[in-house]
Amino acid sequence: MSDSVTLTVNGEPRIFAAPLTVAGLLAAIGLDTRKVAVERNEEIVARSRYGETLLGSGDQLEIVHFIGGG
Amino acid sequence: MDGTTPTPDTWTVAGRTFTSRLIVGTGKYKDLEETAAAIAASGAEMVTVAVRRVNLSDPGAPMLQDFVDPKKYTYLPNTAGCHTARDAVRTLRLAREAGGWNLVKLEVLGPPPHLYPDMQATFEAADALIKDGFEVMVYCADDPIAAKRLEEMGCVAIMPLGAPIGSGLGIQNPAMLSMMIEQAKVPLLVDAGVGTASDAAIGMELGCTAVLLNSAIAHARDPILMAKAMKHAVEAGRLAYLAGRMPRRMGADPSSPLAGLIR
Repeated sequence: MSDSVTLTVNGEPRIFAAPLTVAGLLAAIGLDTRKVAVERNEEIVARSRYGETLLGSGDQLEIVHFIGGG
Repeated sequence: MDGTTPTPDTWTVAGRTFTSRLIVGTGKYKDLEETAAAIAASGAEMVTVAVRRVNLSDPGAPMLQDFVDPKKYTYLPNTAGCHTARDAVRTLRLAREAGGWNLVKLEVLGPPPHLYPDMQATFEAADALIKDGFEVMVYCADDPIAAKRLEEMGCVAIMPLGAPIGSGLGIQNPAMLSMMIEQAKVPLLVDAGVGTASDAAIGMELGCTAVLLNSAIAHARDPILMAKAMKHAVEAGRLAYLAGRMPRRMGADPSSPLAGLIR
């Protein structure tokens, strides 16, 4: 299917409508872009490039944030 | 100093100057409200934070930043839970992107039950991070040779353990810490092992630049009261260090004069 992308997001398989950028992914999940960081296939995606970074099927995404820790 | 004109007693790491010599963790609290209240009571200006996956099924959940303002507190992202240099570097690159901070706490740990610093992996990770522009405060063994090497590599603070992480056993290695303090040219902080206020005071009396702790506050019966105790303990220990303790002697020396006793 060309109108969907299958990603692994934080270890979970997820299907989204194509085309999909990192900004689109964060919006679809409902996350505030200012409070998270994104890694795509073990490479950091700079926040300034969220809107132009297109995701493709098979991409592995890690989306993290700060939590309490010692 | 005549004791009447207070001079500011601050410390500086990687160009940032702090008045509080207590750094606190933000983990293990009941909720984010208690986290915020305990940190406020501690007087800390720098807090350690962890980096973890967001919960995709609850994206609107309250976040640490909503309770502990990164504009008010210096966030020190850590690598807790990382057991390899690769994971530690990857985690801190994400932290830098999430927050925009280069100042980080590196810790690469061995397995439970000791979670002792894995120094080989710590060296590898420190090297990669420094080359990538990070300012690394490094958790390490109470090993003066390793500490010297980390300092020479460019780490901005050396942070040996006083006892295993989360053990609350107190400072088990005062002699070794003293020698490490003596040789350090960058801030030396005791990180891990503090169980109660007197432990923090001992660390400061030894001459540590600051103390880093989490469980001692978060796992106290009343964390907010213990946060306040830690604030005072660190200040008391610092003052005692500056004052210079009296020499120990192996016998009594009366405090009241012997002259003029009635007969």
